[in-house]
This record gives sequence, C-alpha cells and structure tokens, in this order.
Amino acid sequence: MRSTTEKMKVDPRDAKLSMAHFYVAFIALALGGLAGLLQVLVRSGNFQLPAPITYYQVLTVHGVLLGLVLTTFFIIGFQFAAMSRTAGTLSNGARKSGWLGFWLMTIGTAMAAAMVLLNKASVLFTFYAPLQAHPIFYGGLTLVVVGSWIGGGAMLTSYVRWRKQNPGKVSPLLSFMVVVNMLLWLVATIGVAATVLLQMLPWSLGLVDTIDVLISRTLFWYFGHPLVYFWLLPAYMCWYVIIPRIIGGKIFSDSLARMSFILFLLFSIPVGFHHQLTEPGIDPAWKFLQVALTFLVVIPSLMTAFSLFGTFEMYGRQKGAKGLFGWLKMLPWGDARFTVPFIGMVTFIPAGAGGMVNASHQMNQVVHNTIWVTGHFHLTLATAVILTFFGISYWLIPHLTGRVLTKKMNKLALIQGCLWAIGMIFMSGAMHAAGLLGAPRRSSFSTYGGSAQATEWIPYQIAQAVGGTILFVAIILVLIIFINLAFFAPKGEQEFPVGEAAETAEKTPLIFENWKLWLGVTVVLILFAYTIPLIDMIQNAPPGQKGFKLW
Amino acid sequence: MHMHKFEKIWLVFGIGSLLVFLNVVGVSAFYMGNQPPSCLTTIDPEKVDTTKPFNKPGLHKVEGKDWDYELVFVASAFSYNPAKVVVQKGVKVKIMATTKDVIHGFEVAGTNINMMLEPGYVSEYVTTFKKTGEFLILCNEYCGVGHHMMSSKIEVVEK
Repeated sequence: MRSTTEKMKVDPRDAKLSMAHFYVAFIALALGGLAGLLQVLVRSGNFQLPAPITYYQVLTVHGVLLGLVLTTFFIIGFQFAAMSRTAGTLSNGARKSGWLGFWLMTIGTAMAAAMVLLNKASVLFTFYAPLQAHPIFYGGLTLVVVGSWIGGGAMLTSYVRWRKQNPGKVSPLLSFMVVVNMLLWLVATIGVAATVLLQMLPWSLGLVDTIDVLISRTLFWYFGHPLVYFWLLPAYMCWYVIIPRIIGGKIFSDSLARMSFILFLLFSIPVGFHHQLTEPGIDPAWKFLQVALTFLVVIPSLMTAFSLFGTFEMYGRQKGAKGLFGWLKMLPWGDARFTVPFIGMVTFIPAGAGGMVNASHQMNQVVHNTIWVTGHFHLTLATAVILTFFGISYWLIPHLTGRVLTKKMNKLALIQGCLWAIGMIFMSGAMHAAGLLGAPRRSSFSTYGGSAQATEWIPYQIAQAVGGTILFVAIILVLIIFINLAFFAPKGEQEFPVGEAAETAEKTPLIFENWKLWLGVTVVLILFAYTIPLIDMIQNAPPGQKGFKLW
Repeated sequence: MHMHKFEKIWLVFGIGSLLVFLNVVGVSAFYMGNQPPSCLTTIDPEKVDTTKPFNKPGLHKVEGKDWDYELVFVASAFSYNPAKVVVQKGVKVKIMATTKDVIHGFEVAGTNINMMLEPGYVSEYVTTFKKTGEFLILCNEYCGVGHHMMSSKIEVVEK
C-alpha cells in the first residue's frame, strides 16, 4: 500500500522534478542579474551598451527573467517539494503532469527569450498594447502560463488524495498554503490568458486589425496585482511554517496562519484598478472601491507580523530571555537559513508602507510611473521575497541533492544576505528619493535637453549604480552557493524543516478547507469590483488601435 | 477561534487606523473633489489632428467655464505638441491631452500632474500653478526606443 502520510524526506523522484525547476530559476537569476547591472550602469550616464543592444531590450530581459521566470520556476519547484514532504510522495500521474508542465514552461520561456534577443519583442515584461511584439513572444508566454496550470493541477490532486485518505482531518499546514497559492494563481491568470489569447495573439497574427487598449490593460492588471501575492505567499510559507522549526520554536497559531492565507486569496484579486488610478476611461468611484479593497490586505499583513514576532519572542523567553527585547539576542543569528529570510522579513515593513502610498487614491499621482515604484518592488519582490527564496534554497537544494550546507557555505550565505541589504539600501533608497523628485521609471539615461530638474536626478542614479553593483556581487555569491549545494557539497542529510503548532494552540477548525465557500466569496468579490466597469468599457469603447513596433 | 489578548489589541488598533486612513482618502476624493484623472471622453485615435480641441494644440483662453485656460497637448512617439508653453502663475488651467499612437505618460516633474495617455481616450486634469519656473514634462510610460527623449516644457511666469 502506498503511504501518503507526512515524510521526513522528499522522494528522490520528486526531488528531481523540483531541481529541474531550480536549474532554470538560477540560470534566469544569473542572466537577469547581469541585465540589471547593465541597466544601472547605463543610467548612471557613464556607460553605453555596445550596438545593436538597446537599453529597452536589456530592460525586457531583466523584467521577464527575474519577474516572471525566476519567480514562477522557483515557486513551482518549491511547492512540489513542499507537497511531497507534507502530503506524501507525488503519485506517478501527478509527477508526470509536473514534468509536462515543466517542459511547457521551459519551451515557452525559450520562445519568448528568443524573440526578445532578436529584438522582436522589446515590449517590457508588462507588454502593453498597442506596442506589438512578435506572435511567438505571446505564444511563449501562453505556454508558460499553461505549463504552470498543469503543474498547479498536479499539486491540487496531491492535496485531494490526502483529504480522501484522511477524512475529517485537518490538512498539513504547508500543503494547505500551497493549495491557496495555486488557487490564487489559477483565478488570477485567467485575466492575462484572456488578453493574450483573445486580444494580443489574433492581433499580432494579423487576424484582427485593432485592439482595445483599456480592456487589455484592465485584464492585465486583474492578473498583475495577485501576481505579486503569488510571489509573496511562498515567502510567507517559509516565515510561518519553516522559520519556527529552524529556530527551534513552535508555530504561533495554525488557525491564524490559515486565516491570513484565506484573506490573501479574497483580497488580492479585485484590486487591479489601483495600478490604473491615473488612467482615463474608468469612473473614479470604481477606482476608490478597489482602493478600499486593496487596503484590506493590511489585516492579514498585521496578523502575519504579530505571529512571526510572537514566535520569536516565545522562543526567546523559553530560553530565559529577560527584559522587553532580550529575546532578540536568543535568535540564531549565525544560521543563514534564519538570518537571510529575516532580513527579508524586516524589509517588508518599509516596503509595505511604501505600497500604501502607491495604492492611495491621491498620493499615487505623486509617484505613479516614477522610479519610486521601481524602488518599491525592489524592496518587496527583490528583497523580502527573493532573500526568503535564497534562504529556502540554502537548505532545500542540499536536501534534494542529498548533500549538506557546510559551515563555510553558511558563512558565505550570511555575507550574501548582508551585501544584499547594503546594496539595496543604496539602490532602492536612491530610487525612492529620485522618484519623489519626478525621475521616471523604465527610462534610459537622459538629461531631457539639459533640464535643471533632470540634472538633480543624476547623483541618485549614480547611487543606484553603486547599489546595483553591490547587488550583482551578492548574486554571484548566490550562484557560487547554488552550484556548491547542487554538485559539490559533501554528501549527507540536510533537514527539510517543517514547524509544529504550539501545544497550547487550539484545534484548527475545518471551515478553512471549505473551498466552495472561499472560492465562492472570491468570485463574488471579483464580480462586484469588475462587472460594471468592464461593461462600461465595452459599451463606451473608442475605435481600436492598430499595432506599433517603435523599438 | 482563540486569539491572544495582545493580538486583539494589535488588530483593533491596526484596523482602526486603517478605517481612519480610508475615511481621510474618501473624504478628500468625494467631498473635496481630489479625484485622480479619470476623464471618460473618447476619441478616434486616427483622427486626433482633426478633432476639436486637438486640432489646435497649445494654450487657449476660455470664457464662462470653471477654469481660465485650456492647455491642449497631443502626444506621439517621441514628442509632445506643443514643445513649450508659457503659463501665468495662479490662473486655473485645464490640461487636456491625448495620444495618436501608443500609450504615453504625461508627468509634469515637481508637481502632482501625472496621467496616462491612452489611444482612444482623452485625459484631463484641472490645476493651478503656484510656483514660477521651468517645469519638465516627460513621458513616464515606456513607448519605444526614443522614450527617454520625449519631453516638453511649461514655463510658469508672474502675472
């Protein structure tokens, strides 16, 4: 009989599937990181790209590889390992689906990358119409999304199997979280699939002449905001479930962790208009409604902050810590598996505060499309999330390859985390400051014809280049550690840490696994926030726009 | 479901602050009229040059409206028409802009004027310039290879 209870170790066949995803993710990190270095150097005004490479081509490479490829591949790889560890080894069918999804995503990435490198798709990773890329670029993106659906489906079947074999029991917390994140992803990607398949592909193939720009953007941002929560929730999995085990403590509350994940599912989708606040064609009352819904994610965020620091304090006091903050000293600062994600956690505090400015109905106008926004998501995605992902890979890669994280590599990882923090203070700090002065995002170096205002921005751009260079050094360290853990580290057993709830915690109610209820509420909220504005856009649509290739 | 006493205090305080914040934003939007630019007027992007008021870009004095001047801009890759305007300090100006080709941004650096220009739509914002000096208008939405060259100027002078 096949056992599907919790395993201490990920099955080697599942480990291979996860590792395949990680190889692609870390290759994307290397190339995308290099593209990022080139960008900050160009924008300092002291460096020019050799012809025929253009700034916007490099920018597209950076965004697509780090924003879409690195994140999606890492998350799917991590979540397969998490399912295999907590809900039991994948069934052969699920593993086959996992491989099919992996190859579809990889082929799709290669198609999109080829078009970007041939300069047929310098449309950035948001690919706004009516800039028109080559059809193969859109086809490639479609395969990435479809591949992720197949992978996600495999994870869901694993969860369903566990529920069937353990009737009336509460599912393992990590599996539950994976299910929430994949449901979020499935519901969100419907938007981007709709605009790519129904609008952009037929239009780029010449089957239709024009495209409705506002509807396309609206569908994109229906997807674009939950996308950032799809990145964030795996980091939360680490913070809620894995970090407590690493420090030797307990999960603060299993129920509250589940509740905060459900709240993210509900409130992360019907909010895309806060990316479209300065756009024509949308009634401001609907914008305000979505702004209010956006701010509801403050609630699960506050719950998360409380739980995490609650875990840390409980652990420290157990060890005999005295005074108000004595417990901080008891934390295992020498352990990269804890410290690197911890730096990410702390970064999320200013990052969240900046996000509240961005989503505010009026303040958005001060920072919209300035480099402040770039500074913002280099704190959220490129620090809080990615440092946590690096922290995960420092134990997960050796766990999967049957090796161990040595003291030497642990030290290198600690240096990597600190360098990242220093580099990001320079780069993101300067981006925030220059953005408040009006410097635009996604723009090559320019003095705008000797404008006095644009001249003021240049010192900040040099600070960004300094920070970006430090970050690139940190990326090289990550790659050295990755290669070591994948191929060279000594053989051994590295733990896959999964925390347990505190003994004092109450039993988790089964209501959290009532998916009909949660998906139902999600759909109702989406219909409420989007139906009338979309009908308005369709009924009052202007003549469509033809495609342009202006790069 | 059990919640720690401190967590209850923390959440009540947090949610309370959030409600105050949303009320401030809401009162500013609906009572004081500080809404983001959200013009609902549409236009045929192929016929911008022959559609009023975009057939005559530039600054125009108007009578009998809530604003004193209309400042009309037409954007296309990679420039704005007009390339420079002079506006008096303290007068109320309605900025009206649209694009003939792809999406562009319309940001006046150092002010709160910041809106998206999308083909098929008119973007509007009513404002009063309170400081004199030269202000850079720039495109802050990627539009192609000349994106970072796309700019115009507003010079604000004493009345």
